[in-house]
Amino acid sequence: MKKRIQNILPLLVLSPTMVIILVFVYAFIVWTAILSFTNSTILPRYSFVGWTQYIKLWSIPNWYTAIKNLFIFTPLYISISVVIGLSLAIFLDQKIRIEGVIRPIYLYPMALSFIVSGTAWKWFLNPGTGLENAMHNFGWESFTFDWIINSDKAIYTVVIAAVWQSSGFVMAIFLSGLRGVNDEVVKSAKIDGAGFFNVYRYVIIPQLKPAFASAVIILLHLAIKSYDLVIALTNAGPGNSTEMPATFMYSYTFARSQMAIGSASAVVMLLTIASIFVPYIYSEVKNSA
Amino acid sequence: MRIFIFHLLTPILGLSLLLGGAKNLIAAGEVEVLHWWTSGGEATALRVIKDNLQKKGVSWVDMPIAGGAGVNAMTVLRARVSSGKPPTAVQLLGFDITSWAEEDVLADLNDLAKQENWNKVIPQPLQDFAIYKGKWVSVPINVHSTNWVWANKAIFDKLNLAVPTNWNEFKLAVEKIKKAGIIPIAHGGQPWQDATIFDSLVMVAGGADFYKKAFLDLDAKALGSKTMEKAFSYLRFIRANLDPNFSGRDWNLASSMVIEGKAAMQIMGDWAKGEFVKADQVAGKDFICFRFPGTQGNVTFNADQFAMFKLGKSQKVNQDKLALVIADKDTQARFNQIKGSVPARIDISDAGFDACGKKGIKDLRESAANGTMMGSMAHGYAAPPAVKNAVFDVVTKFFNDEKVTPAKAAKMLAVAVAIAQ
Repeated sequence: MKKRIQNILPLLVLSPTMVIILVFVYAFIVWTAILSFTNSTILPRYSFVGWTQYIKLWSIPNWYTAIKNLFIFTPLYISISVVIGLSLAIFLDQKIRIEGVIRPIYLYPMALSFIVSGTAWKWFLNPGTGLENAMHNFGWESFTFDWIINSDKAIYTVVIAAVWQSSGFVMAIFLSGLRGVNDEVVKSAKIDGAGFFNVYRYVIIPQLKPAFASAVIILLHLAIKSYDLVIALTNAGPGNSTEMPATFMYSYTFARSQMAIGSASAVVMLLTIASIFVPYIYSEVKNSA
Repeated sequence: MRIFIFHLLTPILGLSLLLGGAKNLIAAGEVEVLHWWTSGGEATALRVIKDNLQKKGVSWVDMPIAGGAGVNAMTVLRARVSSGKPPTAVQLLGFDITSWAEEDVLADLNDLAKQENWNKVIPQPLQDFAIYKGKWVSVPINVHSTNWVWANKAIFDKLNLAVPTNWNEFKLAVEKIKKAGIIPIAHGGQPWQDATIFDSLVMVAGGADFYKKAFLDLDAKALGSKTMEKAFSYLRFIRANLDPNFSGRDWNLASSMVIEGKAAMQIMGDWAKGEFVKADQVAGKDFICFRFPGTQGNVTFNADQFAMFKLGKSQKVNQDKLALVIADKDTQARFNQIKGSVPARIDISDAGFDACGKKGIKDLRESAANGTMMGSMAHGYAAPPAVKNAVFDVVTKFFNDEKVTPAKAAKMLAVAVAIAQ
């Protein structure tokens, strides 16, 4: 009897979560996919129209802007965050005395919500209230930094704000990776005459592969989902120039009463993420087995 | 262990109560109204309806959802209607009313309409939205119009400027103001504000007939025409006469720029008047209002309506009382004196309105009689939301990107509208 309870208990405890996830994640994914094949406008409607909504989606200039921005934003965001995060981690790893003070300072931006950092950066980057204005007040009249109101440059301000927010977190990932590196190997490399750079270049960084993988995976899905930062920073403007797939999805589904097109864009986003994550998870599972 | 499972279930129960319980809060003798009028002036105006309703023994349960010019409110409304528990009445605009009527969730107000003679006292262009397939489904409370200019009188006096009456005079006035070192036009760079200006420019470029053809009939030829190019080139002129810091600014901040004398004019619907009045400014004395130069005689309107949702019999009695109060002469007069708009009924005296209100009422009557009262594209009264937003996309893109020529913008407009239909 006791053994039986022990067998059932984990199932019992897990089943409510299981049901909730099944309904609120997977069932809704299926629902969204179904909606993308209907002509739903303001409310869900179930008359099916085939691939029409997908064809429409790929004829909307805004969608191309969103895709283009995703391809500008994602590589820049990930690479800059990784470079800054890794550098910070390496500096902190030099056994400096006040590490305990510095580490949380770098990590804190991640504790803020994207809305807060987006709003703060909006004020800071706005030429009338922020950096440019401050420089003018200091007497540097010719200083201009108006990327946020320039429709060609605005997407890079999103990169700046996002990097600021995530770099500390990436640092934490690398720092834990660095702490896991075997000291003996490093010491023997030093005895063999390897300098500071060579130790990192050939001995330590190659051992950080898992840390790189988790940093990239986490940043990648943040990039594809990025919504709140854009809304707070530029509200997809000026002139829709910072539209991202997620802001596109929300605006078509809820503001423009084109729920079916919004659903179609959500499905495309899901497939994009899946095409990256499924092979990754598959290889992880294979390696651990 | 049982306790443990119970602990897991309580949040779910709580959630379902939260979602399903809202309706149960409404008692007999109450109506629940969803709206997004949360600013000071708007809330004061709403109190007129609330008080008049209370006199009839019905209390108003407020359900304000701020933000996003109603987008957030619409998201809540979707959830409420989907779960079969709509509010009594909802503040709605133009084609949103039609969209909800198509879903067959709105009430039938024909008995009231007949009894109160709404067909006679409410202008035809408003009826086109308030009536769906022969049934009155909503009650208009006011008419805002978008082709207004709000100007700082002191600046106009100082520079000896007369009120411009056509595009050329407007251009000259703008250049004169600029020379005097004052920002000619206060503007907030948000898509709907860009589009609000564009409403007027389309009328200036091609007159009321062209506006109707392009924006009401969505004629592809008109949308991509030379006349539309002209409207876009006018917009570029406006863009060149703003302060450099306009991006993303809210409309009421732009109004304050005019109030404080930092800028000379704002092109905005008559809700802007509320900001001037709140700053203790008097129409005709501290600020002046005039129709956008070249659009006198035309009114591009934006009317707030309360759509009534289908409810059970016991609720219908109160809903009818609410509808009557909203359409009531006294309510409409006092509500609109506060809100800055003009009454939706054209049989209300203009006594008690300020100079701009009186002009608004006169212009509305005239345009309703002449067939030049037209729905505003920028505010969802000219075309369905999908088309409206497609127009926003092109206008705001053009506004913010110097590389797009007027000719290219006109072409983009025709294509975008075609896709959105």
